[in-house]
Amino acid sequence: MNLFRAIGLTLLVLLATLSSSGASEADLRGIIAKFATAKGFSETGAVVHELAATGDPAVERPLAALADGNLYIRKADSLVFVGKETGDGVELLDPLSGEKSADAAKDDITKIKVNNTLRRVIRDALGTLTLGAKDPAVRIAAADTMFKTPDAANIEPLDTAIANETLASVKALLEQARAASVLVSDRPDADKLAAIALIGARGDRDAVSLLTSVEANAPDAVREAATAAIRNINSTLAFWDAGQNIWYGISLGSVLLLAAIGLAITFGVMGVINMAHGEMVMLGAYTTFVVQQVIRTSFPGLFDWSLVIALPLAFLVAALVGLAIERGVIRFLYGRPLETLLATWGVSLILQQAVRSIFGPTNQEVGNPSWMSGSFNVGQLAITWNRLWILVFALSVFAVLLYVMKRTPWGLQMRAVTANRRMAASMGIRTPWVDALTFALGSGIAGIAGVALSQIDNVSPNLGRGYIIDSFMVVVFGGVGNLWGTLVGAFSLGIVNKFLEPYAGAVLGKIVVLVLIILFIQKRPRGLFALKGRAVEA
Amino acid sequence: MRGNFSTITKMFSASVVAAGLLMSVPARAADDTIKVGILHSLSGTMAISETTLKDAMLMLIDEQNAKGGLLGKKLEAVVVDPASNWPLFAEKARELISKDKVAAVFGCWTSVSRKSVLPVFSELDNILFYPVQYEGEESERNVFYTGAAPNQQAIPAVDYLMSEDGGSVKRWVLEGTDYVYPRTTNKILEAYLKAKGVAAEDIMVNYTPFGFSDWQTEVSAIKKFGSAGKKTAVVSTVNGDANVPFYKELGNQGIKAEDIPVMAFSVGEEELAGLDTAPLVGHLAAWNYFESVDTPENKKFIADWHKFIKNDKRTTNDPMEAHYIGFNMWVKAVEKAGTTDPDKVIDAMIGVSVPNLTGGYSTMMPNHHITKPVLIGEIQADGQFETVSRTPGLVMGDEWSDYLPDSKDLISDWRAPLSCGNFNVATGKCGGKGTN
Repeated sequence: MNLFRAIGLTLLVLLATLSSSGASEADLRGIIAKFATAKGFSETGAVVHELAATGDPAVERPLAALADGNLYIRKADSLVFVGKETGDGVELLDPLSGEKSADAAKDDITKIKVNNTLRRVIRDALGTLTLGAKDPAVRIAAADTMFKTPDAANIEPLDTAIANETLASVKALLEQARAASVLVSDRPDADKLAAIALIGARGDRDAVSLLTSVEANAPDAVREAATAAIRNINSTLAFWDAGQNIWYGISLGSVLLLAAIGLAITFGVMGVINMAHGEMVMLGAYTTFVVQQVIRTSFPGLFDWSLVIALPLAFLVAALVGLAIERGVIRFLYGRPLETLLATWGVSLILQQAVRSIFGPTNQEVGNPSWMSGSFNVGQLAITWNRLWILVFALSVFAVLLYVMKRTPWGLQMRAVTANRRMAASMGIRTPWVDALTFALGSGIAGIAGVALSQIDNVSPNLGRGYIIDSFMVVVFGGVGNLWGTLVGAFSLGIVNKFLEPYAGAVLGKIVVLVLIILFIQKRPRGLFALKGRAVEA
Repeated sequence: MRGNFSTITKMFSASVVAAGLLMSVPARAADDTIKVGILHSLSGTMAISETTLKDAMLMLIDEQNAKGGLLGKKLEAVVVDPASNWPLFAEKARELISKDKVAAVFGCWTSVSRKSVLPVFSELDNILFYPVQYEGEESERNVFYTGAAPNQQAIPAVDYLMSEDGGSVKRWVLEGTDYVYPRTTNKILEAYLKAKGVAAEDIMVNYTPFGFSDWQTEVSAIKKFGSAGKKTAVVSTVNGDANVPFYKELGNQGIKAEDIPVMAFSVGEEELAGLDTAPLVGHLAAWNYFESVDTPENKKFIADWHKFIKNDKRTTNDPMEAHYIGFNMWVKAVEKAGTTDPDKVIDAMIGVSVPNLTGGYSTMMPNHHITKPVLIGEIQADGQFETVSRTPGLVMGDEWSDYLPDSKDLISDWRAPLSCGNFNVATGKCGGKGTN
């Protein structure tokens, strides 16, 4: 790393004295040709520095291609090309103009290897080159890179960029990047103190990281300022940490809620100990996989909609399987909980093995649509999009379910059958069909939970296993037969879990939560919200 | 609640599987065949990894038969399913040896399954080939370890990260699943790092349960630990199913390999098959084999595999290569001994040398471990690894770690005069005890 930097700096100085106005195209091509003879990562790194030192924006294309592993050497004539993979071969593009120059088979070309160190060198080099880019997002990325890898040589280009910058938000980032570079330069202490104030105001982990490295070897005045700034930032961050734990807890809670909500119906409302519940979730996830597979091969443009398309299908698949289980097995076992438990357990094994036989035992890839990838910041809190969408989704499923149960005739019949089966039957409700449809509804909801969980977990035949214990825990803790109990139970378990985890570790945290629940159940055997009425005695 | 469920699980899976097997395994014994036992889980949690190894073994046995068999006899595979259930492993091993009279067994994945079959193999005197990287601290007469010992994977991986090419890492997160392999490996690594001058506050060790899926807290803890102004890396012994959510969370929280690389010991091509690897480019893995290794042997192996499994997309991985090496070694040793009698084969095995898939030869050492090259690979966008570093020579498996106080004086040599798996060089006695 230091070696790269040293080489880069000397070259920079050399070239700056030779020509101040960037290099000619022929020069650039000459440097790019050196990739073909460079051996090992350090020599390739030297070529990267040489290219970057020209300061010519045209080198962005070959460097970016190199970082992505798309720069190739043609074996026949040792020419360097940017490659674009087509079906069976590679399309070779000119490294500077980007125009197509030839096609090649994969065996005729060699890829120029990159590793993490080299990628970082390229990223730093591109940072300086893209400071003047048109797209503000690129400028922000450049400023960010330069902040993380400060270098005294960056001050001048940053000064120019700051002078030309029109957007206030980008300008602030550029100034922070400049401050970072000042800190590692040999500028006077007064400049450095101002820089520390600026970085201290940024207040995130990167700032702490930078200040900590400065703190180690700086004159007294600067060190004290850095220490004070770090202390300041850390105290604010401690506050954000608590917020982060709550968010993680809510997010875990939403996953628990999704997994448990179907069970809240089959176990909570109907009283069926359904060990095959997890497999309904798995079926939903596999439906998503199949939908994505079809979309990938036939309608690639619809990929971002794949989850939306998968939702009704997953509901249908899981609901139909649920219906079949209820009609085929469970209806003969009402009132015999132990046998139901064993029978549904057997069903779950059959379903797992069936999926294993059809799709194979390995994980299947379910992609994230673009709107579910990445994260955004609220203050110092990083919120990932997929977690946020899952939370929104869990709450909407809950709301819909609540509406169905409380406001539709079907929901009324369901509650009537649960409350008093014989009375309901006497009123003309066909209780066997209500049972079957209720079970199908619970299973279907587990299926759509599978669509969401396929985004954060493995899609494998074992998917359901991981959720079954947690789901029962949530339903029992929240109060059997009460949807609101499931909601509160899921979120409180999630938050307690996430507050314990940083202190106790994930393993111990889980044990502590389990012990707490056991103690709680001793005190309140019917959970948080006990259902009142005859159902309890039945 | 938990206890009840798992007992019922075991009861059920055991009986269901046992019933299934009784029907599927042919019990005829013919004199013109040599039976080879395959002891890999085909159902339950470990099926995800072990099924592939069963298929790989079937392919190797097929190929050997096509070449004319062994000692003029045909090889016959006997497949049993221990269903990811550790006690069932021992039962199935006993069944293979006493009922089916197999000449050798290829099997096991987790250390606990290996530990559970050890007494069976020494009691009935048969041979087990164990193909998976493990924590070491063991050397048994009846077991041949074709996977990596910690010094053939973990230590070179850490060396790479400490080197300039690897980013000169100064701060370490040891993240693992909570069971014996990660715990022992991390103990060795901690001792090794401290011996290299890494301060205790620059090492963070964390464990999560099996199948863990909510990594938010852990990943943000890694982020926080990494913001101390020193280059940080994660050494991951996270196992199996927990890896996919771990990597998804890393990608989502924007941890890039250039900033905090993750070096994994249990993530191979198979695990990556369930992932979009674009956000993970540059994260690392240390193995003795990668599917992307460009040698004629490997090309042929992959082509054969695709033909056998009838699927061009199925990947190959390191434990498959271990079985390839182990099986060929066994074939050679049987030819050398002229018999399949386990006692004679065990003696003939030592010193046997066969080509591996990475363009060299692997040799069985007197400690029943083999020599292998160590490769460090970076994850690519197509789900493959690209080798970025390779040990110059072959590394010999060291069963008793030199970095653990309990085992540093122990050696293993199964050749005639010594014939001991845990000889203590300090006291001069056979029968030392390692860390677990």
